Amino acid sequence: MGLAKRIIPCLDVDNGRVVKGVQFVDIRDAGNPVEVARRYDEQGADEITFLDITASHEARDTTVKTVEKIASEVFIPLTVGGGIRECQDIRRMLNAGADKVGINTAAIHNPDLVRQASDRFGSQCIVVAIDAKQVSRATDRQKARWEIFTHGGRKSTGIDAIEWATKMAAYGAGEILLTSMDQDGVKKGFDLGLTRAVTDAVNVPVIASGGVGNLQHLVDGVIEGHADAVLAASIFHFGEYSIGDAKKYMAQHGIEMRL
Amino acid sequence: MTTAVDIAVIDYGMGNLHSIAKALRHIAPQRNVWVGDDPDIIKSASHVVYPGVGAIGDCMAEVRARGLDQVIVEVAQSKPLLGICVGMQGMMARSDENGGVDCLGLLPNRVQFFSDHFKLAKRLEDQQSVLKVPHMGWNQVEQTQPHPLWQGIDEGARFYFVHSYFVAASECPFTVGKSHYGIDITAMLAHDNIFAVQFHPEKSHHDGLQLLKNFVNWDGAS
Repeated sequence: MGLAKRIIPCLDVDNGRVVKGVQFVDIRDAGNPVEVARRYDEQGADEITFLDITASHEARDTTVKTVEKIASEVFIPLTVGGGIRECQDIRRMLNAGADKVGINTAAIHNPDLVRQASDRFGSQCIVVAIDAKQVSRATDRQKARWEIFTHGGRKSTGIDAIEWATKMAAYGAGEILLTSMDQDGVKKGFDLGLTRAVTDAVNVPVIASGGVGNLQHLVDGVIEGHADAVLAASIFHFGEYSIGDAKKYMAQHGIEMRL
Repeated sequence: MTTAVDIAVIDYGMGNLHSIAKALRHIAPQRNVWVGDDPDIIKSASHVVYPGVGAIGDCMAEVRARGLDQVIVEVAQSKPLLGICVGMQGMMARSDENGGVDCLGLLPNRVQFFSDHFKLAKRLEDQQSVLKVPHMGWNQVEQTQPHPLWQGIDEGARFYFVHSYFVAASECPFTVGKSHYGIDITAMLAHDNIFAVQFHPEKSHHDGLQLLKNFVNWDGAS
């Protein structure tokens, strides 16, 4: 008995609609974010992550309104990420009703932002999102290596993913959202090597993301990947499985869940 | 003119109180929920919520700078008062956070850091007790003593926690609910009309909302 592992459905939102693409192309419409969030809340989601993938400023105002609406109806933790560049953006999202804010690219350009933000708002609401890709496989002589990528996985930064996660935790990140850009959207399961390497290296909770295609993948993320929470989008958006199905399946496999 | 305030949420400028205000308005739509730092309004409310987010050093400094420490102490003698997370910690005598901070002292306990406890567990080679910090997520709460605020909530129900500092259940006689995270921690405590929770009821779905409903309907008697 103790702390449960979490299931977090993720809403990628573009211009006020939930979308889901395969490796950021081939976007499919998955509905109104408020309705989708309400549905997941009813199904027993442990948290909701809202990722704003809109590029324009005008659409960002839509995002703030959507977050406000979700937060007044859904009484579980809500994380908002995408386009967070400075403390003012964080303040805006927290004021709209977000409980945590995800920082990704801005942390790479300015790691001190994570330090400032966690000092000002508390580590508990600062999630550092990491998009990583494998750059070399494990051999007899060396360990596998993953690097941080930006621009939807197109641009390498040369930064080692495990070192980066460790640094971000030391700078005050309260949680790491780890996405494998190799696996994202292809439904073959998490990159378990990456997940385990990062989870074991840091002392803050890690959310595994990218690649869930079935319920066994969620189990693998926790048992093999050691993840504290698992994030998925398309298996829930298109009705293949409910959050309840996923929780029941994980519990049957010996994982402590909130049922 | 303003209408009388039923439920006052104390705002001392430390971040997001929207969640708690929204949750209270949701469960008590007919009551006037107010958020602010005006001592007179806080004292006039029937129920007072003392929330908390962030580091205790800044929280206590802000509470004192606004003269709210006296207000909370006064409220604690007369009406139902709910402390949430850092608000609960602020009710204690002292916290180890930020190099040691004196708190309001409504209750005599000391707030400790999980990592200090886990380092001790590691030295004792009790690896089972070494866990990640913060304690983040849904943990079970064991109801160790009966209380009116447990009404409609199952034994062992899960609530959402996110914190790095804790009150040890073994040291706090006011504990009415405990959770386990490497050590037994006080999840819920009650002392006369003071009630406090380490978790976030406003983020704990149905059971959290039920607890808030129980609080706003409570007259402060145990």
